[in-house]
Amino acid sequence: MATKPTSSSTPAKKATQTPRQAPPKTRTGVAGPNRWDYAPAPESTSIVQLRDRYDHFIGGEWVKPASKKYFTTVSPSTLKPLAEVAEGTAKDVDKAVRAARAAFENDWSKRSGAERGRFLFRIARILQERAREFAVLESMDGGKPIKESRDVDVPLAAAHFFYYAGWADKLEYAFPGQKVRPLGVAGQVIPWNFPLMMLAWKVAPALAAGNTVVLKPAETTPLTALLFCEVLEQAGLPAGVVNIVTGDGVAGAAVVSHPDVDKVAFTGSTAVGKQIARAVAGTDKKVTLELGGKAANIVFDDAPLDQAVEGIVNGIYFNQGHVCCAGSRLFVQESAYDAVIAKLKRRMETLRIGDPLDKNTDVGAINSKAQLERITALVGAGVEEGAEIWQPSCELPKKGYYFRPTVFTGVSQSHRIAQEEIFGPVLSVLTFRTPAEAIEKANNTPYGLSAGVWTEKGSRILSMVSKLKAGVVWANTFNRFDPTSPFGGFQESGYGREGGLQGLAPYLHVEKG
Amino acid sequence: MATAPKKTTAARPTAKRLGVPKTYKLYIGGKFPRSESGRSYELLDAKDAFLANVSQASRKDARDAVQAARKAVSGWSKATAYNRGQVLYRIAEVLDGRRTQFIDELVAAGSTARAAEAEVDAAIATWVFHAGFADKYSQVIGSTNPVAAPYFNFSLPEPTGVVAVIAPQQAGFSLRGLAATLAPILVSGNSAVVVASELNPLSAISFAEVLATSDVPGGVVNVLTGFVDELAPGLAKHMDVNAIDLAGVEDDTLATALEVDAAENLKRVVRPRTFAARHTGDLAEITRFTELKTVWHPIGV
Repeated sequence: MATKPTSSSTPAKKATQTPRQAPPKTRTGVAGPNRWDYAPAPESTSIVQLRDRYDHFIGGEWVKPASKKYFTTVSPSTLKPLAEVAEGTAKDVDKAVRAARAAFENDWSKRSGAERGRFLFRIARILQERAREFAVLESMDGGKPIKESRDVDVPLAAAHFFYYAGWADKLEYAFPGQKVRPLGVAGQVIPWNFPLMMLAWKVAPALAAGNTVVLKPAETTPLTALLFCEVLEQAGLPAGVVNIVTGDGVAGAAVVSHPDVDKVAFTGSTAVGKQIARAVAGTDKKVTLELGGKAANIVFDDAPLDQAVEGIVNGIYFNQGHVCCAGSRLFVQESAYDAVIAKLKRRMETLRIGDPLDKNTDVGAINSKAQLERITALVGAGVEEGAEIWQPSCELPKKGYYFRPTVFTGVSQSHRIAQEEIFGPVLSVLTFRTPAEAIEKANNTPYGLSAGVWTEKGSRILSMVSKLKAGVVWANTFNRFDPTSPFGGFQESGYGREGGLQGLAPYLHVEKG
Repeated sequence: MATAPKKTTAARPTAKRLGVPKTYKLYIGGKFPRSESGRSYELLDAKDAFLANVSQASRKDARDAVQAARKAVSGWSKATAYNRGQVLYRIAEVLDGRRTQFIDELVAAGSTARAAEAEVDAAIATWVFHAGFADKYSQVIGSTNPVAAPYFNFSLPEPTGVVAVIAPQQAGFSLRGLAATLAPILVSGNSAVVVASELNPLSAISFAEVLATSDVPGGVVNVLTGFVDELAPGLAKHMDVNAIDLAGVEDDTLATALEVDAAENLKRVVRPRTFAARHTGDLAEITRFTELKTVWHPIGV
């Protein structure tokens, strides 16, 4: 065989591998002097071109806020200001609703479903084309790991538009024997944990069904929604079909209570969800609420424990635990308790916490100072009430809002950390002996958003699934999302579904044909 | 074919015979108790003559009814769809067998014979429609979802739980309105606490007798007679009620107040103003009292 240097890739690859150091033999996955550290792998932020100041996006134009006031959105990891954003008030919201109404009456409701679909397809494609830009900006503004914005948030947002694009001209297939028509103007208020993805979950079905939109992104994460306005412009979406008003709860309340809004869609806390339910009382507004949760993740002793531990970690530490459906209550069958806890702690020692823009980061920054304070307070309550706290020995960045992934053992059902939604990387571990006990404890909450079951026994999975009060049940997996899969809760986790065929109904009048 | 009105009037008690009038009581947990409060209100017929003393349920009776409904819902929701369908069909059968009685009762309360017949027949039709929907609605509403990863994913509707119903008030709806609101609640496995029409409550109590003899487990439907403004707030606030149908709330201010109360535990609320636009057969009639559950499982070896 010839040995002359060639461009053949095989020897070249080998050559680059040789000088590389072998992994330390003592690597155990536990912290210590021989820990295998990762070199920094930061994603460049140069792809993102932010303006200094953003106005509202109303009627296809950038409109200055009536209050003339702006607030600063800050990166929770660097604490550096990113941009100034318009502070919305009822006046701005009114302007946006008028624009949405006009667009509904004069344009959007007159277009065929096929045409509406084409706009949505275009939006999906442009989001894919500009995916990197959106992923980087999402991590800058919200603190979530780039790995997650890049692989979960942005692709799912694009997929959501692609999915609902295809429904726009097939609504009659979704409700056989029924007649459907759009509602009009949808007022949508979204949270800070999945800013672009939540926008997609709200905007895509609304437009597919033939409604126009006024959307208020969260106060701490408005930037991807504002960048999305550029996508709308590139897609050529008619002016006023989607309007974006930024601001805090004042703007959100104005969206919900505006008399010319026909449909309210909200994702956020249960407390605010109840305020909204009261605010719309006596009106004709249709409402969907996707609220808090305190999901039970139930592990039986016959479960594949290594996979279960991955699921537990993904369930509660994904997105720093800022997930309404996070598996925040872990129920382990007593006979598997020691093994599960040992594996869990070992796995948690390998979690990499730090710079959201580093491609190796598993757990990024807590979204805001207020949220960090809330997590800290609830963890304090857990310690005070007598639960046993454990945290991995990882180092946290000196700057920015960070919280160590936390496990509480010895938790009882009455503890606040077993009852209240923490919305942070904090897991409460409880135990059970029988399936009946697991169900009783799992359902002992006013929430009902999601749940997890881990067992190799199929009949037990189906039995548990049918008894758990939860809108989404993950069996031998956790925290999976897909545009075709309806999402939403039972009880005080809200009402209505987002995603899937069933996610169209909240945006339509459906009646007997 | 409609029965001649003559025949129905012939079945009314004649003056010669001293009749045995019925005591109209509540229906809670499969039993017919009087109100624990010992109260009743007088009901007059169209000519202002005494018709009956109707139990005036208290807030305590309403709480008892919720308790009975909660107890019954676990069994009813777990019954097979085929079984629920047969029980609903049994309701239609027993109602049909007592058709004349219901027509007479409606006529005595002021309905014309023709309207009474139409109302009873509409109620029977509604129960038959839903009897045949019990093992189909989930196939219409549910789905398997083609997710973009190796998972099997499906969505199925489940009953919401305990539903409070303020039954339609207007004449011509005392029995028909009861069927229209109740059947879609029962078909998916919910249990119900019904506040009967205030001015036309008799058919509701007679209908409870139908339920009691139709294999509907005790507590699945509970019927209260009394005053809406007294009973509805307690039901709207009750933390163990999952949904409330305000069909028969005619006062807008009260309806708004009830909706505000219902927000405390995020009850699913059906507003009264929509009642005129509701039709048996609207999918929403069923889905508004169901919760969709989506299940994921990996596909592997």
